[in-house]
Amino acid sequence: MSSVSRLQMVRAVCAKDLRIEQRSKVLTSQIMPFALVTLVLFAFALDGDAILERTAPGLVWLAMLFSSMIIVQRSFAVETADGALDALRVAGADMSAVFWGKCFALIVQLIILEVVLIVGAIVMYGIDLRISGLVLLVTSSISATCGLSAVSTIYAGLASGVRGRESLLPLLVLPVASPVLIGATRAAEAAFGAGGTVVSEGWPWLGLLSVFAVVFSFGGSLVFGPLIDD
Amino acid sequence: MTLDPPSTVSTTSRRGTATAATRVLGVLTIVMIGWLGVFGLLLSPADRDQGDAVRIMYVHVPSVWLAYLAFIVTALASAVHLFGKSHSMQADRVAGASAEIGVVFMAVTLVTGMLWGRITWGVYWQWDARLTTTALLFISYIGYLAVRGLEGSRSQRARRSAIVGLLAVLEVPLVHWSVRLWRSLHQEATVLGTDLDVSLDGLMLFSLFVGVVAFTLLFLWLLLHRSRVLTMIDLSAETGLDAALAQRRAEGGVTA
Amino acid sequence: MTDAGFILGSYAITFGSILIFAWRTVRSGKSLSDGMSDEEKPWL
Repeated sequence: MSSVSRLQMVRAVCAKDLRIEQRSKVLTSQIMPFALVTLVLFAFALDGDAILERTAPGLVWLAMLFSSMIIVQRSFAVETADGALDALRVAGADMSAVFWGKCFALIVQLIILEVVLIVGAIVMYGIDLRISGLVLLVTSSISATCGLSAVSTIYAGLASGVRGRESLLPLLVLPVASPVLIGATRAAEAAFGAGGTVVSEGWPWLGLLSVFAVVFSFGGSLVFGPLIDD
Repeated sequence: MTLDPPSTVSTTSRRGTATAATRVLGVLTIVMIGWLGVFGLLLSPADRDQGDAVRIMYVHVPSVWLAYLAFIVTALASAVHLFGKSHSMQADRVAGASAEIGVVFMAVTLVTGMLWGRITWGVYWQWDARLTTTALLFISYIGYLAVRGLEGSRSQRARRSAIVGLLAVLEVPLVHWSVRLWRSLHQEATVLGTDLDVSLDGLMLFSLFVGVVAFTLLFLWLLLHRSRVLTMIDLSAETGLDAALAQRRAEGGVTA
Repeated sequence: MTDAGFILGSYAITFGSILIFAWRTVRSGKSLSDGMSDEEKPWL
């Protein structure tokens, strides 16, 4: 690593990813519509206001999980397309800083998507969000997003630049990310009061989501270098 | 299991992956598996609660033991490859061979467990923490094998798969914890109230012990053969490339 | 024996899978080792 500090590196990679996103507008023009159409399709498939209200947290997070697969594929496709990752490596960039940078950029994009999906669910599925549940919803969504981003960044880095990665990534990420789905869904259920749950039931899930996020983000920053470096 | 080829093929080049050690191991394994069949199906009594369904346990428990043993070996061999000074390729092949064996026995475990559940619980599947963790782990190791099949150099393959093999170890406790926490909300869903834990005594415990010993020997036998096969696949890929290069060079020499 | 189909079936699946896997391993070992000399086999 040269004169650039680790923190600057993280910030540079993150800003670069967000700038690419801002210019290409794939998130707003393609992925958000995809996520919203998924919500509509769930409504068609499940048919029934009561069921939708009960299952809304699960549907929101499933839509999140599937959309995140597309976002993370893209985040690495832009790197490998022009050999940008190789260039970073040749330049002697600290790979764990690259990991954190890409992970943060992913977190920002996923949180934007989450806001859209939750608002969409409130409007379309008739959820009433309680003010007391708002803190739980926000904190649990943020920790779930951190965990999901970390796991996706690790495996997308591994599969980047390899033929057949589009189908491999979900196979690798989804089983590992299942605790995120369970935790985030149950916490959101408590926040929405779906199925007669109370807000206090949601807090243990925040613990699970935080542990997951910490384990996989530190694990990721350790293994990312050896994964990419070859 | 190890049928020796007829004696016409002999001395100069030995066929196959067998050695004296694996032959002894193979015979012991066959004997133990024979005993497992006798004890499991004939000698051991039916359980008070489960009836004859308990007999499935004598193959189910050893298979799940073998599968987890195989995944532990994969993780250890991955660690040896990744953190060892020489980045041993042999360790990588042991990890790969062990994961293949683990996936096969994880599939056997899931199927026999479902058959047991159908008899005891009346349903094939329950969202119990152990079952769910096992199923997710099964899918994760299919992913691990897919990573091993990716294009790239052998050292790339070894490093990638070693990391995936180690990440799977992080995954197990987290998945198990989350599913347990999830299911603790749904206690009423337990069908018939029968858990997987049964009080075993005497002959039943002995049958299970025979099964575990038999499957441990089986694992060693399979691991030896399988890792030798993987060694040869790697070697033949190398020599195949060398041969192709030599041929190309020869062609170039003729035309130039 | 009650539920004999399920019980015998699970034994058949277990031992059948073992046999198929073992047989395939041994057979691929044989066919691969045909093209190699003994010096190339580190376990000998």
